[in-house]
Amino acid sequence: MNAETIYWHQFIEQMSNIIDLPIAPESEPGVVENLQNIAEVAALVTEFSLPESIELAPQFTP
Amino acid sequence: MNSNWKAADAVELTGAIRRGEVSAATVTRDTLETIERENPSLNCFTQIAAETAILQAKSIDQTIADGRDPGVLSGVPFAVKNLFDVAGLTTLAGSKIHAENPPATRDATAISRLKQAGAILLGTLNMDEYAYGFVTENSHYGTTRNPRDRTRIAGGSSGGSAAAVAVGWVPFSLGSDTNGSIRVPAALCGVFGFKPTYGRLSRSGTMLFSSSLDCIGPFARSVRDIATIFDVLQGADPGDPVCTSRPPKLCLPDLDRGIEGLRIAVADGYFAQNAETEALDAVSAVSKALNVTRTVSIREAHRARAAAYIITASEGANLHLDNLRSRPQDFDPATRDRFLAGALIPASWYLQSQRFRQWFRDAVREIFQHVDIILAPTTPCVAPKIGQKTMKIGPREMLVRPNLGLFTQPLSFIGLPILSVPIFRPNSLPLGVQIIAAPYNDSLILQVACQLERQGILRAECSSGLRHG
Repeated sequence: MNAETIYWHQFIEQMSNIIDLPIAPESEPGVVENLQNIAEVAALVTEFSLPESIELAPQFTP
Repeated sequence: MNSNWKAADAVELTGAIRRGEVSAATVTRDTLETIERENPSLNCFTQIAAETAILQAKSIDQTIADGRDPGVLSGVPFAVKNLFDVAGLTTLAGSKIHAENPPATRDATAISRLKQAGAILLGTLNMDEYAYGFVTENSHYGTTRNPRDRTRIAGGSSGGSAAAVAVGWVPFSLGSDTNGSIRVPAALCGVFGFKPTYGRLSRSGTMLFSSSLDCIGPFARSVRDIATIFDVLQGADPGDPVCTSRPPKLCLPDLDRGIEGLRIAVADGYFAQNAETEALDAVSAVSKALNVTRTVSIREAHRARAAAYIITASEGANLHLDNLRSRPQDFDPATRDRFLAGALIPASWYLQSQRFRQWFRDAVREIFQHVDIILAPTTPCVAPKIGQKTMKIGPREMLVRPNLGLFTQPLSFIGLPILSVPIFRPNSLPLGVQIIAAPYNDSLILQVACQLERQGILRAECSSGLRHG
């Protein structure tokens, strides 16, 4: 994935509708910038191959 | 003791109070006057609890006069980041939104324990909104200035906590650390800042940011103060679901044990790149003093930082989702867009980050089979200027806000205990070095720091410009 080639405005419009999180037009440039940054950072994590045996970190203790 | 108490650490000050050389009431009144007079120049305090502080001080003096034990921190003034609940004050968490809440009805667990030990709470301290930042440039409550150079940031998000100790207004304070929010400001202000093992200290009564990473911890100007405060704060607490039920492991009794037999190494690779030479020189100064020649590689630290970044953005956004929906205009613009973006993160990125966390924890556990202590820089550079957007590290230009935590984030990601220790060089701003150990080996860190302090490598005096007393 190349974070610069994603249509972030469309993603934000659709996703914010889905989760009912209105994003004001004045916030959109900042949100796009942050999402691009997050996407680049996320690639470092998602490209790393993990064994199936690795579980999630948080542990719930009832 | 005359007025020398104003530069004393907590242990020295409480000794003077117990011996009757100065009263707790005098110390409290005098400190409150100093804060009232000088706070506008640095903007550390956001709320002051003068009335209750003076009442408590008088009670301590009476206890001493009665010949009873008032506790190991008797009469020592302290302050807390404004995300700690203080009975009678509204918990701001650096926000305008939470300023509308009613006052807290009880103190956070950490504050209760410190008060039981005789410490006197003076008020609350400035921070980045909801702890999301490394700069303490808060649009609602202003910027906290660095006491070592007022044109520079104090660091964040516990900037007020670090600056108040560095300037000498209080011997110690409390902050919180999610990705470096204790260690970064401690380094930039030139004081000790301790992020204990995740889960070692109760966070009950604090406003969380990213729960699976959040810790609380102390700032101070001496290692013995850090140990004393840490020991007071230890202990199980049903109010915090992640607080350990392990029995406390007191650090103060072991402080003088030295470093003989400890296997110490300097982190190379990721932790020796992307830093100014002076930050690496600070690590060298510490390793040289300890006769450390060994290095160790923490593999995939850059991915650990990335995963911490994703988890923080996602958990933080989820915590504030209702307010992001209903009143985004009331957030600090510097944090709002980061939270909004965090709310849109795909679940698989977050989950993969949490799974990677287990992998990385296991990899670092393996390293700790062969070493006891690891040394690394705290920040890549000295405190940036207020308002500075980018910084040049070697040939690279990088953003200030996300990158001040370059070296802190991968380590807190897996809950390690870490002390940032202050390194001063002539005519230069301070820097920090992280002393890192395996989970629950907090006391080893303080032993190493104590040794360095004795050798004169570490010191955290009150800042010269505003020093009083």
